[in-house]
Amino acid sequence: MLNYISVKNNQCIPFSSIPVLEYEQFLDYNTSLVKEESNHCVNYYGIRKQGKIVLICCIASDADGLIHISSTEVKPEVQLESFTARHLAFHIFEREIHENFGISYIDHPWLKPLRFPFNSFDKSSGIANYPFYKIESEELHEVGVGPIHAGVIEPGHFRFICNGEQILHLEIQLGFQHRGIENLFLEKKTLLQRTTLAENIAGDTVAGHTTAFVNLWESLCNFSPEADLQFARTLALELERIAIHTGGLSAMCTDVAYQLGSSVFGRLRTPIVNYFQIWGGNRLAKGLLRAGKTNFPFDKVLEEKLQTVFNEYKPDFDEMCKETFSLPSVLGRFEKTGVVTKEQALLTGAVGMTARSSGVNKDIRASHPHDYYQLSEHLPVIKKHGDVFSRAQIRREEIKQSIEHIRKLLESIPDENKKRQELNPPSSDSFVLSLVEGWRGEICHCAITDENGELTHYKVKDPSLHNWLSLALAVRNNEISDFPICNKSFDLSYCGNDL
Amino acid sequence: MIRNLMILAHQGKQFIPDLTSASVPGIFRGRPVISREVINEQQLASLCPTAAIAVNPLSIDMGRCTFCGECAFAFPGKISFTTDYKIASNERDALIIREGDDRPVLLNAGLIRKEISEFFSGSLKLRQVSAGADNSCEMELNACGNVNFDMGRFGIEFVASPRHADGIVITGAISEHMAEPLQICYDATPEPKIIILAGIDAISGGIFEGSPALNRSFLDKYKIDLYVPGNPVHPLSFINGILELIKVRKKS
Ligand code: SF4
Repeated sequence: MLNYISVKNNQCIPFSSIPVLEYEQFLDYNTSLVKEESNHCVNYYGIRKQGKIVLICCIASDADGLIHISSTEVKPEVQLESFTARHLAFHIFEREIHENFGISYIDHPWLKPLRFPFNSFDKSSGIANYPFYKIESEELHEVGVGPIHAGVIEPGHFRFICNGEQILHLEIQLGFQHRGIENLFLEKKTLLQRTTLAENIAGDTVAGHTTAFVNLWESLCNFSPEADLQFARTLALELERIAIHTGGLSAMCTDVAYQLGSSVFGRLRTPIVNYFQIWGGNRLAKGLLRAGKTNFPFDKVLEEKLQTVFNEYKPDFDEMCKETFSLPSVLGRFEKTGVVTKEQALLTGAVGMTARSSGVNKDIRASHPHDYYQLSEHLPVIKKHGDVFSRAQIRREEIKQSIEHIRKLLESIPDENKKRQELNPPSSDSFVLSLVEGWRGEICHCAITDENGELTHYKVKDPSLHNWLSLALAVRNNEISDFPICNKSFDLSYCGNDL
Repeated sequence: MIRNLMILAHQGKQFIPDLTSASVPGIFRGRPVISREVINEQQLASLCPTAAIAVNPLSIDMGRCTFCGECAFAFPGKISFTTDYKIASNERDALIIREGDDRPVLLNAGLIRKEISEFFSGSLKLRQVSAGADNSCEMELNACGNVNFDMGRFGIEFVASPRHADGIVITGAISEHMAEPLQICYDATPEPKIIILAGIDAISGGIFEGSPALNRSFLDKYKIDLYVPGNPVHPLSFINGILELIKVRKKS
């Protein structure tokens, strides 16, 4: 018997076809897979089954576009050897497994809580009295920030240990936004409710998470989306990337007190989000994407409007970029600030824009393409230095690339399918995994159904889950006054982590 | 410097001159209208993801509605959405649109405390608290201050500390983990102070209503000064709602 079953992105399989290994074998197999740089863990989580915990590990292989899935069954009271001791990128998944089920590890470096979920196994530990890491010293001091921050942003707690102005250590504690989303996917029974949940996982990644959900759902229902549906999802993903990256550049200018850049990039975001409203009635693309149908068919008129938006956006964007990226006062703050080395990015399992800024070639659009990415080649933008500047540059170049991608898409707009089949009910006893490259990075949703085709488990992974540790490492030895610009350059999701 | 000035010149005027009468581009779904057409009401109500539609008499509660538009696609003769973005009110009940209603949503002037226009009509500083939110309303609240909407022209601004604030704006369904920080923030805001709920997650819990991870008890304790529906709130809904709340009213 094989150790694993290999699937493609969005391929639905019988749950029973996932091999169940002894834990030892499971550990050896998965940790040996990720020794290869092109293999990475896209999800590793537990589900309850008759007093036991089934652990499911999904390793994506970028070389051949497959995902290798294996599982094991353990008792919650056992002590296990950790994956993390062999490869640090697993740290976050094992922390979640520990937090949810109480499974303990003999050699996990730090079982720090992830989000204090309402259904955590340990009801006694609370977010309010979380003991932060401390260093006994007369010279060092601590700075605590949050959960409520100075700007209009989401809550999270940052605890710095500083030597004067210099950050020695940053510990990030999240969980404040926890709304119990994964549980709600099971509680809410209609497709529209579940789609609405997917749209509300992270409001800055509506297209990303909704695409992951609708692709997964259609696969469960054995429905192949026609060209017009795939087209709309791809277009929405690229538009979302442009909108958020533009807003990101604006915020980065704000954080280095470059007022003109802040204003101009800020207002350049407006026509893009307004375009979402022109197309689907909501500036952040809520309500736009649906499984098995579309309420907002794309047509020639919409195409012309989009071309106009780009024609007006492009010269202003280019002009503003040229200035921003050559201005000494901006460069002085961006360059060599908040560095994540390639080794660190690989070690911590960074994904998406963060990984690509540090020279790691990870992009689901290229490695595990879905929707229209299957039809054309996508060459990820890669930067080497891993500093704030690289993360600004990647935004600039990805925006340009997305506009090109969209212009190509617009060359042949598929007709709306007016005779669409109704969705079948979801298949019974199935497992499906959906990967999407959102603007921030790799999104992964997994679902399991029972013998009646009802959802019994739903798992959401936002790319931020991998990347928060990169931020904590990046700010070490930086001035604490550079923290805001570092934080913004990663632009990670609090709610995506907290769920 | 010259290049910066040139960029400035190329930008032209970006601000929306009159925020109270601006029209929104595209097919924005604002205040709904329910016709008197006879349809299967149960079927209509049951399709709504957030139980915003009630029957007998038929109504849509904008405090729960995600504005997904699905009801209007399923029953186009029965439900339509206007582009009217002035949907904020200081009365929870005013957010409920009943069959046949087609008139602007208004604030109940009688319920507005005297101090609000007295102290805040020329300047309102707000502290935002994101509590179990998804960052969509936060992005739109940030957009309120950008050069297009430029809410700052009315003296309305978000500030960093509750001690500098005249009130708080809550977004999100209010997670258990944010219940205490929210209370601390509110307590730290000096009197007189206002509370604004921005977005349906804050107003009703939205799609998260009933989740065991929430703790909405804060809302039972205080009077809410303004409800701004939306998922997320549209900047124009937010700004117009506040302008209505703080404007100086002639004594009758
Ligand atoms: S638009 Fe509002 S009332 Fe209509 S189905 Fe959606 S949430 Fe319900």
